[in-house]
Amino acid sequence: MLFINLAGIALIALIVWWFWLYKTKKVEVRDTDLVITVENGIYSPSHIKVPAGSASEIKFMRIDQSPCSEMLLIPDIQLSETLPINNLKTIHLPALSAGEYAFHCQMKMYRGQITVE
Amino acid sequence: MLGHMAITSNLELIIEGAGCSSCVGKIETALKQVSGVNAAEMNFAQRTVNVSGSASSTELINAIEKAGYNAKLSEAESEEDAISEKEAADLVYYRRLMRDMTIALSLGVPLMVYGLFIGEMTVNTFWEQLAWFVVGIATLYVMVFSGRHFYVGAWKSFKNHSANMDTLIALGTGTAWLYSMVVVFAPEAVPEMARHVYFEATAMIIGLINLGLALELKARGRTSEAIKRLIGLQAKTARVIRDDKEVDIKIGQVLMDDIVRVRPGEKIPVDGEVVEGRTAIDESMLTGEPMPVEKTQGDEVAAGTINKAGSILFKATRVGKDTALAQIINMVKRAQNSKPSIGRMADVISGYFVPVIMITAVVSALVWLNFGPDPTIAFAIVSATTVLIIACPCALGLATPMSVMVGVGKAAEAGVLIRNGEALQTASKITVMVLDKTGTITLGAPKVTDVLVTREHDERAVLQLAATLESGSEHPLAMAIVETAQDKGIKLGKVSMFNAIAGHGVEAEVDGKYLLFGNEKLMREKGIELGVYVEKAQALAEDAKTPMYFAIDHSFAAIIAVADPIKDDSIAAIKRLQKNGIRVVMLTGDNRDTAKAVANKVGITEFFAEVLPEEKSEKVKELQMHNEIVGMTGDGINDAPALALANVGFAIGTGTDVAIESADITLMRGSLHGLADAIAISKATLANIKQNLFGAFIYNVAGVPFAAGVLYPFFGILLSPVVAGAAMAFSSLTVVTNANRLRFFKAEEH
Repeated sequence: MLFINLAGIALIALIVWWFWLYKTKKVEVRDTDLVITVENGIYSPSHIKVPAGSASEIKFMRIDQSPCSEMLLIPDIQLSETLPINNLKTIHLPALSAGEYAFHCQMKMYRGQITVE
Repeated sequence: MLGHMAITSNLELIIEGAGCSSCVGKIETALKQVSGVNAAEMNFAQRTVNVSGSASSTELINAIEKAGYNAKLSEAESEEDAISEKEAADLVYYRRLMRDMTIALSLGVPLMVYGLFIGEMTVNTFWEQLAWFVVGIATLYVMVFSGRHFYVGAWKSFKNHSANMDTLIALGTGTAWLYSMVVVFAPEAVPEMARHVYFEATAMIIGLINLGLALELKARGRTSEAIKRLIGLQAKTARVIRDDKEVDIKIGQVLMDDIVRVRPGEKIPVDGEVVEGRTAIDESMLTGEPMPVEKTQGDEVAAGTINKAGSILFKATRVGKDTALAQIINMVKRAQNSKPSIGRMADVISGYFVPVIMITAVVSALVWLNFGPDPTIAFAIVSATTVLIIACPCALGLATPMSVMVGVGKAAEAGVLIRNGEALQTASKITVMVLDKTGTITLGAPKVTDVLVTREHDERAVLQLAATLESGSEHPLAMAIVETAQDKGIKLGKVSMFNAIAGHGVEAEVDGKYLLFGNEKLMREKGIELGVYVEKAQALAEDAKTPMYFAIDHSFAAIIAVADPIKDDSIAAIKRLQKNGIRVVMLTGDNRDTAKAVANKVGITEFFAEVLPEEKSEKVKELQMHNEIVGMTGDGINDAPALALANVGFAIGTGTDVAIESADITLMRGSLHGLADAIAISKATLANIKQNLFGAFIYNVAGVPFAAGVLYPFFGILLSPVVAGAAMAFSSLTVVTNANRLRFFKAEEH
C-alpha cells in the first residue's frame, strides 16, 4: 500500500511538473515563413518569439475540424480572427512592447504564447 | 513543413495604374520573366491578371512593381464563400461525429443493457474470459475508429505540455479499458469481487461525447447567425464602367474612383458618392431605419444597402475592407470574441482545470484504495474514471463567449454596434445617462417650424421674400429658411439692396419691396406695429423656438420661427430609460431658455445649459465622483472627451456614415431608442452569461466530488462513468443552447 501511495504522490508531482512547471521551448519568428498548425487540440509550435517594437506576421494553418479551433484570440491586443479550415491565415501583429502575449481559442483549450523581446 | 510549401496554383492579381491597353503586354512580359510562371494573362477591362505556376505572390507583385505598376492579391474568396465553405466542412464533421457516435453506441448500448438486466459483467470462467476478450477487442475498435481524435489529441497535447478535454476523455476511457483488459487477461491479479469489466463505459462515453459534440456543432452554427446575415448583405459583383463599357466584375476588384452602375433592386456594392441619377435607398439593414432614403447627386451611398427606385451611377469612395459595412462586420466579429471581465475568472480556472482534475482523480483513487470497502481497486478505478469523465472545462470556457457572441450579434441586428465585451458588461450597469442636446435629443439641423402670416399676406409669398433675402447668408437660421423655401419649390428672387443691422436683423429690397427681418427691437425702432404677435412670439420662444419678425413695406407681415426640432421618438425613448431606473441628464451649450424648453418637452428634470465643450467631461467626472455609472451620448467631435471619460460612450451615427471606432457603443440610427435597446440587450446578455457561468461552476463543483464518491459513505451512491459521460457531453450543449435563447430576445416594443 505504501508503494501505491508513493506512486500516487509521484504521479501528482509529475502532473504538476509536466503541465505547470516545465518551460516550453520557444520558436523564433525570423521571417514570414513560420506556420503554426492547429491540429489535434494544439497549436504547433505553441510558443513563439517575435522581436519587440516591430510589426510581424504569423501564419496559421487550421487542419482541426473541431469548432473549438475555429477562433483565434489574442486578448491583449484585442485580436480575434476566424481560422478557415485547410487554408493559411495570416495574422498581422502590430509592433508590440516586450512581454508575454497569450493566444488561445474561445475556450482556452488550445493555448499558445507569443514572447516579445 | 507547411511554411516551406511551394505555391503551385493560379493566382489572381489586381493591377493598379494600367491606363492603356499597351500596358497589357508589358505586364504579361514582366510576369512571364519571373521563374516558375507558366502563364500570365491579363484582363484589361477588369484590370486583373491571372498567373499560373509556382511563383509566390510576392515575386509576382515585385515584378509588376518593377514594370511600373501596382498590384495586389485579389481576395481569393468572399466572406460569404468562406462561410459556405465552413458550413460544408461543418456538415462533413457533423456526419463524421454522428457516424462515430452510432458505431460506439451500437456496442455500448447492448453491453449496458446486458449489464443492467441480463447478466454480470464479471470474469470468473475461461468462457467468460474469452467472451469478454472479444468484447474488449470490439471496444478497442470503437476506441480507434470512433474515438481516435480524443486519443491523438490527448497525446499531442501531452507532448506539448498542455492538457484539454481530450486528455480527460482519453484518460478516463483508457483507464476503464485497460483495467478491464487486465481483468480479462489476468483475473487472478485482482480480488474476486473486483473482476468486473467496464467496456460498456468506454464505448458509451465515446458515443455520448461524440453525440454531444455533434449537437454542439449544430447549436454553435446558430450563434453566428447575425454575422452571417451582415456578411450576406455584401454584393458579390459590381457593374463598373471601364473604357466606356459597363462590365460586371467581382466585388474585390472594384477600385477607388471606379464609376459604378446600380439598377433598381440591386445592392450597392461599395461605398460611394452619387454622380448621376436619383433614387431611394433602403438602408434599414444597416441603420434599422425603415424608411428608404432619397439620394441624388453628391449624396453618399453605402455598401450593402438596396437601391429601390432609379438607376444611379456613383463614384466608389471606399472599397474592400474600408466600406462601412466591412468595418461593421469587422467590429461585430471582434466584439463577439472579446470577453467581459465577468468571464475572466472562468478563463483563469480553465487554464488550470484539466491538471487539477487529473490530480483529483489520483487523490480519489488513493482515498478509495486506502479507506474504501472491498473491492478497493474496482472502486478506485470507477471513481478515478468518473472524475476524469464528468469534469467539463468546455462548459466553463463556453459560458461567456457564446452569450457574448449572440448578444453582440443581436445588438447589431438592432442597429447597435457594441465595441467589446467590457462595454456590454458596463452598459448593463449604467445608472445615469447623460445626453447631449443638439443632434442627440434634437435633429441637429434647424428647420422652419412655424410661419404665422397676417391675413393680408400669403405664406408662400412671405417665404419667397424671406428666403431671397437670406439666400446670401451662411447662418444656420438663414439656411433653414432658404431650405424650406426650396423644399416647397419656391423660386427665389433678386436682392437689390441689403443691409445687416448688427444685433437686430437685416433690411433689404427684393423685387421692389422694402423688407425688414429681425427681432422685436428692429421692428419697434422702425415703427412697425406688432399687436398680438408679440405674445405669439413669446409662446414660440417658450416652446424652444427662435421667432423672427418679418415686415413688408413698413407693415408687419409674418413671424417665421426656426428651431432645431426634437426627434420624433426622443420623448418615448427617454421615458423608456427613466422607466428602467436610469437618471437622465441633459447637457447643452445652448442658452438656458431653449435648454429648459427642450428638457421640459422631453421630460428631463435635470439639465445643464451653456456648458462649454470642455466642461462636458467635467460634468461626467462629477457624476462619477458620486459613484454613478455614467453613460454619455453625443454626436459631435466636441463630445469626444466626455464620451471617452464616461463609463460607456454612446455615439449617435448619422445614417451610415458612422465613426464606429469612436465610442464604446455606436447607434447606427439616430433614434435614442437605441440606448434603451443597447442597455436591454446588455442586461439580457449579462444575465445569460451569469446563468451559464453559474450552471457550469455548479456542475463542476458538485459533479466532481459526486463522481469521486463523497456520497458513498452516507448513502451508498457511486456514480457510473456512463452517467458521467452523458452529463459531460450535455453540459456544454446546455451552455450553447442557453446562449441561443438570447436570439429570441426582444427589446421593449417601441
